[in-house]
Amino acid sequence: MLLLLGAADIISILITVGIVFTLVEEGWGFWSQVSLGDFLTGKEWFPVDDKFGVLPLLGGSVMVALLAAIVAVPIGLGSAIFLSEYATPRVRAFVKPVLELLAGMPTIVLGYFALDSVTPALQNIGALPANQTYSFLSAGVVVGLLIVPLIASLSEDALRAVPRAMREGAYGLGATKRIVATRVVVPAALSGIMASIVLGLSRAIGETMAVTLAAGNQPNLTADPRDAGQTITSVIVAVSKGEATRGTINYESIFAIGLVLFVVTLIINIISVQIVRRFRTVYT
Amino acid sequence: MADSRVDTLEDRSDAVTRERVAETPQVTGAEATSAPAEHGTAVFVADKVNVHYGSTLALKGVDLEIRRNHITALIGPSGCGKSTFLRCLNRMNDLIPGAEVSGSLTFHGEDMYAPHVDSVDLRRRVGMVFQKPNPFPKSIRENLAFGMKVNGLKANDERIEKVLRHAALWDEVKDKLDDDAYALSGGQQQRLCIARAIAVQPEVILMDEPCSALDPISTLAIEELMRQLREDYTIVIVTHNMQQAARVSDRTAFFTVEQPEGGGRHGILAENGDTEMMFRAPKDGRTQDYITGRFG
Repeated sequence: MLLLLGAADIISILITVGIVFTLVEEGWGFWSQVSLGDFLTGKEWFPVDDKFGVLPLLGGSVMVALLAAIVAVPIGLGSAIFLSEYATPRVRAFVKPVLELLAGMPTIVLGYFALDSVTPALQNIGALPANQTYSFLSAGVVVGLLIVPLIASLSEDALRAVPRAMREGAYGLGATKRIVATRVVVPAALSGIMASIVLGLSRAIGETMAVTLAAGNQPNLTADPRDAGQTITSVIVAVSKGEATRGTINYESIFAIGLVLFVVTLIINIISVQIVRRFRTVYT
Repeated sequence: MADSRVDTLEDRSDAVTRERVAETPQVTGAEATSAPAEHGTAVFVADKVNVHYGSTLALKGVDLEIRRNHITALIGPSGCGKSTFLRCLNRMNDLIPGAEVSGSLTFHGEDMYAPHVDSVDLRRRVGMVFQKPNPFPKSIRENLAFGMKVNGLKANDERIEKVLRHAALWDEVKDKLDDDAYALSGGQQQRLCIARAIAVQPEVILMDEPCSALDPISTLAIEELMRQLREDYTIVIVTHNMQQAARVSDRTAFFTVEQPEGGGRHGILAENGDTEMMFRAPKDGRTQDYITGRFG
C-alpha cells in the first residue's frame, strides 16, 4: 500500500520533471539560433522574419489576466461575501452549485460567447469600435467570468473559516452586519482571499481556448485593451495546430515560450504561497 | 443627585451617547423614577422566558431580575441553559438560525424583543465578553478603536489609555499598543476583550465563563477587575466555578436541567437570590445538592 502511494507521488514528480525536460530539450534548437537577450527584450514576434521577441505575447497574457482580474475580483469577492455572510442556507444551497457550473463550462464555449455576445455588447456600449471583432478586452471579460467561480469559492472558504467567536465579538460591540463583514471578517480572511486572487490570475494566464478565439491571431505589443493580439497560449495553439512543421525554428519557438509560461505561473504560485504564509493568522 | 457614574458620563460627549443618557430616565419606568440611577434597581426583568432552538425547547419559564451595579452569577450544570439565557440579554441568540425567544424580557422596562427594537443599538448598551478570548487579529490599539469608531467615538490616545487602565492592563501593554493582540497571554487577551467591551461605554457587561480558559492567577486578576467594574457597570457572569460565583457575585441564579416524563430535556431556573443566602441556606434541594457537590 505504502509502495503504491509512494509510486503515485513519484509519478507526479516525474511528470513535472519530464515536462520541464521536454520544454528545454525541444526548445534547444531555438536557443542556438536566438539569443536569450533578443528573446526577452524583442518587441516583435514575427517568425517569418525570424523575429522572436516574447514581449508582445507576454504583454498579451498579462493584459488578459489583468482585465480578467478587474472583472473577476469584484464579482468573485462580492459573491463570496454574500454567500458566506448574508445568504440563508437555502439560498446558498442553490447559488453555489450554479456558480460552480460556470467553472465547469468548456472554455471554447466561452470563446464563442465572447465573439457572439460579449464583443457585440461591448460595441453597443461604445467600449469597442464597431468594426473590432477581436480584442483583448472581450477575451479578458470572458476569462474573468471563467475565474469568478474559482475566486468566489476559495474566498468563501476563507471567509467561512473565520471563527464565529470573531464575528460575535464584533456584534457584541454593536457593529452592524455590514461592518462585521467588511471590517472584521474580510480582513481576518485576507490571506485566503489574496491566495484565491493569485490563483485566479495564474489560471487566467494559462487560459487558452477562450483567448485564442476572442483576442485575435496577430501578435501585438500594445497597452490598449481594445486592440486585438495574441497571448503566449494562443500562439502555442496556432503554431501547434499546423502552422509550422516539426524541426523548424517556428515549431521550436513554442517550447521556448512554453517555458516562459511555466516560469511565470511558477512565480505566481510562489507569490501565492508567500502571501498565505505572510498574512495567515493562526486562530487559537 | 449622587451618581457614581459621573466620571464616565463626562466622557460621553458625542450625540449618540447624549441621547442615550437622556432617554434612560424615561425607560427606567414609573416604579424607578424616584431614583433612576440608584444601585439595585432592575435593569433586566425576565418573565416566563422560553428559548427554542428550532423545535427543541432549550430553556423554560425563566423569571429573573438583574439589578443595577450588581454582579449576578448564573450557575448550574452543563446544558442548563445559563449561557443561552445570558445570550438573550444582548440578543446574541438572534445570530443563531432557528433560535427563538418567547415570554417577556425587558431592559429598563422596555420589551427587548419588540419589533422596533434595534438589536445593534441594544448591543452597544449591553456589552459581552466571551468564554475564549477573541480579540480581532489586529493590534491592541485597533482592537479598542474598532468598537469606539463603530459607536462614533474618537479613538484618541487619551481614551485608549483610560480604557486600558480601567481594565487593569495599561501597565503591561503601554509600550506595545501597536503589537498584535495575539502576542498577549491568554489572561491579557481576556482583559483586552474586557477593555474592548468597556471602550464602547455600555451599561451592562455580560461575561460568558470569562475565566474558563485562564490560569488561576489570570482568573484572580479578572475577578479583582470585576469587583472594580461593578462600581460603574452592571455585570452578569456565567460560570462553572461555584467558588468564583461565591467570591465575586452579589446575587446568584441557579439553573438546572429538567427531564420531563414525556421526554426531552431543557434548562430551568431553579432558584435565585443573594449569593450569601444561596450558598449558606439554599431553599431548593437541587441547589443544595449542586453547591455541595452531590449533584448527579
